[in-house]
Amino acid sequence: MGELQKRAQGLAAKPWFRMPRQPMLRHLTYAAVAVVFLYFLTQKLSAFNDYEVGQIAFYAVALAGLTLLTGINGQISLGHGGFMAVGGFTLALLVEHTTWNVVPELAIAIATSALVGAVIGIPATRLRGPYLAGMTLMVALGLPYLTNQYNSFFGGDQGLTTPQPTGPASINPEQWLAWIQLACALIVLILLGNLLRSRFGRSFRAVRDDEIAASLAGIHVARTKVIAFMVSAGCAGLAGALLALSAGGVNSAEFPLSISIYLLAGMVIGGTGSLMGVWWGAILIVYLPTSWAPALASHFHVNSQVSANLAVIIFGLVLVVGMLVAPGGIQGALRWVAARVGAYFSPDGVPNMKLSLQEAPTDRAVHDGESVTQVGEPGVQVHPTND
Amino acid sequence: MQFFLNITLGGIATGMIVAAVALGLVLIFRATNIVNFAQGAMAMMTTYIAYAVLHQGSGYWLAFVAALATGLLFGALTQVVLIRPLQGKSPLNAIIVTFGFLIFLEGVAGAIWGSQTRTYPAPFSEAGQKIGNTQIAFSPFDVFVVLAVLALMILMLVLFRGTDLGLRMRAVAFAPETARLLGVRVRPLLTLGWALSAAAGVLAALLVVPTSSLTPNFMDVILIYGFTAAVVGGLDSPVGALVGGLATGLSLAYVGGYLGGSLEPMAALALVIVSLMIRPEGLFARPAPRRV
Amino acid sequence: MKRFSLHSARRRARLYATGVVACAVVGTMALTASGPANAASVSTPGVTATSITLGATEPLTGVAANYNDIAPAMQAVFAWANAHGGVNGRQINFKFVDDQYTPSITSTMTHQLVLQDNIFADIGSLGTPTQLQVQPYLNGLKVPQLFILSGCNCWSSSKYPYSSGYQPPYTVDGKILGNYVAKNFSGQKVGYFTQDDEFGFDTIKGLNMEIKGSSVVNKQTYVASTAAYVAGLQSQVAALQASGAKVVVMAAIPPFVGLFATTAATLGYTPQLVIDGVAGDPSAIGAPAALTTPAPNGQALLNGAITDGYGAFENQTSNAWVQVATKLLTKYDSEVAKNGITGDELVGFNLGYTVYQALKAAGKNLTRQGLLNAIAADGKNFVNSGFVPYSYSSSVHFGYEGEQLYKMSTTATPITLPTGTFMGVSPVGPVYYTSPGAGPVKVWHGAQDKVPASLSSTA
Repeated sequence: MGELQKRAQGLAAKPWFRMPRQPMLRHLTYAAVAVVFLYFLTQKLSAFNDYEVGQIAFYAVALAGLTLLTGINGQISLGHGGFMAVGGFTLALLVEHTTWNVVPELAIAIATSALVGAVIGIPATRLRGPYLAGMTLMVALGLPYLTNQYNSFFGGDQGLTTPQPTGPASINPEQWLAWIQLACALIVLILLGNLLRSRFGRSFRAVRDDEIAASLAGIHVARTKVIAFMVSAGCAGLAGALLALSAGGVNSAEFPLSISIYLLAGMVIGGTGSLMGVWWGAILIVYLPTSWAPALASHFHVNSQVSANLAVIIFGLVLVVGMLVAPGGIQGALRWVAARVGAYFSPDGVPNMKLSLQEAPTDRAVHDGESVTQVGEPGVQVHPTND
Repeated sequence: MQFFLNITLGGIATGMIVAAVALGLVLIFRATNIVNFAQGAMAMMTTYIAYAVLHQGSGYWLAFVAALATGLLFGALTQVVLIRPLQGKSPLNAIIVTFGFLIFLEGVAGAIWGSQTRTYPAPFSEAGQKIGNTQIAFSPFDVFVVLAVLALMILMLVLFRGTDLGLRMRAVAFAPETARLLGVRVRPLLTLGWALSAAAGVLAALLVVPTSSLTPNFMDVILIYGFTAAVVGGLDSPVGALVGGLATGLSLAYVGGYLGGSLEPMAALALVIVSLMIRPEGLFARPAPRRV
Repeated sequence: MKRFSLHSARRRARLYATGVVACAVVGTMALTASGPANAASVSTPGVTATSITLGATEPLTGVAANYNDIAPAMQAVFAWANAHGGVNGRQINFKFVDDQYTPSITSTMTHQLVLQDNIFADIGSLGTPTQLQVQPYLNGLKVPQLFILSGCNCWSSSKYPYSSGYQPPYTVDGKILGNYVAKNFSGQKVGYFTQDDEFGFDTIKGLNMEIKGSSVVNKQTYVASTAAYVAGLQSQVAALQASGAKVVVMAAIPPFVGLFATTAATLGYTPQLVIDGVAGDPSAIGAPAALTTPAPNGQALLNGAITDGYGAFENQTSNAWVQVATKLLTKYDSEVAKNGITGDELVGFNLGYTVYQALKAAGKNLTRQGLLNAIAADGKNFVNSGFVPYSYSSSVHFGYEGEQLYKMSTTATPITLPTGTFMGVSPVGPVYYTSPGAGPVKVWHGAQDKVPASLSSTA
């Protein structure tokens, strides 16, 4: 091997920039890049686009919670809209009865919905699959009606108003709101990213993969599931509170079952179990019903009855076809492409998912759960026996 | 007193309809180990077809038979196209697919028939019967509902307990590999399970639709209550579904009658939570050891 | 050695983190200093020399999608106006978007209409909870929120001067229906069946002003959710029956009126029904024209029910306004051309024509304040298909405050739609008017406005 070649290899082994290995730092780096990017983005966009970016941010928060629960911990929730309602109403009640700053209000909204999450999560630890799915569906359906029953407290049909927070006069209100919502989304994603790299993250996955093996390994299965539920509900609550800020108010009609359905579809399209995938899902939730479906309908000149139902049909198709054909979602597809591209340049020509995805091989052995599609894998089947 | 009686009778009538939905869910769970969240929506589509048949001038019973037949076909088709590819995958996938199918069907129904409400007739009078001088809240149609649901339950019991076919269906649902080794032809049995369950769902829809009205989402809440009933009774047990249905119907009636209508969905949720805390596998399911 | 490297790794990590955060903060601050350029537009938003852009949010899908034919009818009137020279030389662009009757979506779509489509005014948007959601936002930006399709008492408030309603407030409904009950069913026991929200509360407020408290024996409410479909209305109907109420006044949306009738039939309960105009269209309740379907289905109870309306019904084909609306919409609204006219489309027609007159009255130099001033000054004189003139003034922001009472019946001209043939309605007694306040209910002696020749000749 010639001297030059050796030096060249040496150079190749030492890239000019290496992502830090510690998860917190790595995530902070991503976040810093994101902050700069999003700052420029929100500056360039129109006021309404800023408003939409803010919406994408809070749906990303809700989706991150859902993907943690379903993708990472293996508990399904069809009722995350219910937890969003809890967060939204908590914020609105605080706005109504206190003169606090928005930050403690959001914090209390998170705490309240996490608490409600615990109430639902505790019985949920005894449930599997279909039982849990049905129960969470009932949560989404039932919780908003409580606000009708106690309408003097929750403002009845009119609901409660949550004025849009305003910043310095030089910044337009939509941009300011988008910044608040984006900041929340980035913080949530960093914290969840770290959580998943921690002992908790590993036990979340272990419980999903095999509860009995997990408990043999010393993991408190029930506690782990309840914690996952609380974290997930807390995220949904934050998202609901941020939605309230965008909408200018909350009422019981604001959190219909369809929000829960949209969240599920958003999770599937982004890639179940992938925290980065939540952005794809959030974009779909924000743009499909209000922009893409109407555009599609007018392009194909369908009648108003069809165009009115187009978004719903597409959400249904996303869930069905996504699950059947591409359970990894968009993020899974991107990884697949990245792995092929990586293989093209690697010396042995074998696509190596693991090496191409993360920089530290030693880290991988423990932490690879996030990078592979989870739902869709034949896990260990636990059958109730018959007779 | 008459108020209490009427509410109770109303609760029983509602409970029987809820039980019909629950029986459909139990049937599919027993036959394929899946909960079909799209069952209500599939039945809704079929009911629209029955409506069209009815308005062709055919009588009620022809439309009834047409609906059941379409339901059987629809169920089989769904199993082949959507559910078969999911075999051997995590149960989460099946839940998401059936749920997505529910949304899809409601969208399609809305696109074809719009969201106007249509009235669908009952085969028998819906006027309450007179006992002495007071008319009580139980009509000939309610009697029909009770008989139809009881018949469905008995048929299911006979199928699963008394016939070779039913036994094989259960074997296929819970131990497909073993069943296959023993020479059971797995695929057609799974398809048959879906077909039968879809037909049960259609029966439930036809019993609901005269008192409700025909819209793309008229089965939504009924499905959720049916699910409540199935969970309370045990997803594996036809008798449990019936008892669970009655328990659900009566709870809803009393909570609605004495506490307030807004609390009904929460009452159903509370019922599920309490019964699961006491018996996680349902009241009538045999306690099953989990196997790794 | 190991310890040392760990330590130094941590230090490096901390340094790195500090660096990243510092860069981000400094970068952001530096960029913030430049500030966004918010060019304040000098001209009126949504108005050019040749066009006016209007917007609306409508329930094109979702629980209230039965109202999705109103906006296309308005659109058709604007198409007619545009084909005949527009308004003061400007063409009307009308953008109506779907809000699924969901307040959060209403909020998003209204933001879109204001920020992106740059609308001049939000007109004819539908729904109480949906429009309440955006009332503070629109008023804050001084965007007119006019002719709201809702009977909430809340549209006429000094706090929100840019809002105004179109329908009679529910309290006026309640007073006029209550007046009828007091006069025609005096001495009979009365029961209420109302929706558990502002619709119900406001109606009851009006009913209580007219009906003696002692004759009201029972009040039942329901929650407008699909959940009630399943458990039915057994408990409410049974309670009303047990109370001996012979007259039931209902403030309910159409599906629940239908459900009430079905449930009452099950219980053998046959009170006289008095139904608020929200569910006044028999086709919306699903009341069949003939009661010979396989089972009575409770619809017999609807035969003879009293209701109220502020305009003509589609089965009143001899009415000049129904005729001109049918003619114009057949030309400009494909849905009407295909399936015939509905009550909702009559509302959309009248509303569209009112908006046209309001824009015309606001003059060539169109501003938002100018439009509000024109409606306050001239609104009473806008020609329309209602039985009473508009009430608009600087202080009253309600469209109609008067109504005709109707009786649903199988002997009236049936209403024919693609979904079936339904019971018709026929007028009962004179037209009444009143304010939502304490004043009496009076008979209106004036005639319906004549259809202007400029409209009938060009429709």
